Amino acid sequence: MKLIVNGVEHEIVSTPLTPLLHVLRDELDITSPKAGCQQGGCGTCTVLVDGEPRRSCLTVVAAVDGAAITTVEGLGEAESLSPVQAAFYNRYAAQCGFCTPGMVIAATALIERKGGAVERDEVLEALGGHYCRCTGYVKIVDAVMAASRGEVEA
Amino acid sequence: MTVDVLFPTSADEAATQYGDGEGITVFAGGTILLPEIASGRMLPERALLLHRSGLDKVAVDGDRVTIGAMVPVASLTESDDEVLAEIARHIADEEVRRNATVGGNLSAPPGGDAQRGDLGAALIALGAQVRSAGAGGERTEPVEDFLAADRSRRLMLDVSYDRGDRRSATASLRRRHAHSYAIATVAACKGADGIRIGVTGVGPTAIRCRSVEASGNADDVLKDVEPVDDAVASAAYRRTVLPKLVREALDQLERS
Repeated sequence: MKLIVNGVEHEIVSTPLTPLLHVLRDELDITSPKAGCQQGGCGTCTVLVDGEPRRSCLTVVAAVDGAAITTVEGLGEAESLSPVQAAFYNRYAAQCGFCTPGMVIAATALIERKGGAVERDEVLEALGGHYCRCTGYVKIVDAVMAASRGEVEA
Repeated sequence: MTVDVLFPTSADEAATQYGDGEGITVFAGGTILLPEIASGRMLPERALLLHRSGLDKVAVDGDRVTIGAMVPVASLTESDDEVLAEIARHIADEEVRRNATVGGNLSAPPGGDAQRGDLGAALIALGAQVRSAGAGGERTEPVEDFLAADRSRRLMLDVSYDRGDRRSATASLRRRHAHSYAIATVAACKGADGIRIGVTGVGPTAIRCRSVEASGNADDVLKDVEPVDDAVASAAYRRTVLPKLVREALDQLERS
């Protein structure tokens, strides 16, 4: 099996029924997708599989053999954040940060899909499966809407 | 211990490898199975992965719509058949729906804390038929019969229905969270052959409500189904709300 993760091709040696989440974290040492509930309920393990957000904890690696995977590590660098990352940072949309990787990936996919400004309802639908226990969601939703309008500064 | 993993590349090969289902764990989307396996609660000896089986297509031939077992629930949210789209839109969230499949939704064993298989109600209302493989060979039967029988040793291949001229309605009670299972859901269609009603969320599988179909009386739903207790709602509460939801669906059909 192989995966192309953030543009780099990897030969995968994990067993076929391993969740994609554990392949990323344990075999490839890519740790932005978090092992939260590990049953699809919290959203923090969400990654892009061929451009579409999916729960890596619910995705058996053999089913995505050959796919292109994008995690937060593939979005931006500390010195050059992606628009969604910059909006989260500047608008205080992260507190403890545990849910942030999944939120950022889902928001990035939503903005990519819409290709422009997104409405609050669309953000609520896209992030509806993502839990945050700190922020109360308001700043997260505001940051995603701002990022979709290109307003990434504070 | 190593797991024997099979990757059939056609529906026929899947049926052959499945055989009579003895000792085989079928993977559709994996949304139910993978947490069980990753946590160590379940260890399959032989796994049948259907991802390359070609069962992920929706075929439309004239009026006949055939949905492969591996079609993701996400794609049904865009269905031209509103009753199916509406029920699909309320299953989990859009990311989970990309993994979740029609086959898994209809074939999964009953859930412990909540009831599964919401698509069954819509497919009953549409008069759908399930094609499955297993001991004794291939079989095609009404979806309500497939759900009522022992599905543990059947490999669902596809589900099909006629896209006739019909009106549809849904009525559902659920908590306002993407991951909360339905407390009770009703799907109904009215076509040339009369009214068909399916309910889900109230018991181990979706059920066809023949008494209500015959009488038109919403209260008769409690002759058709026996609501259960679970973590989502009590049986007593479901008995109270279910006839009201059926009435709402019947009223929608009349008004539409």
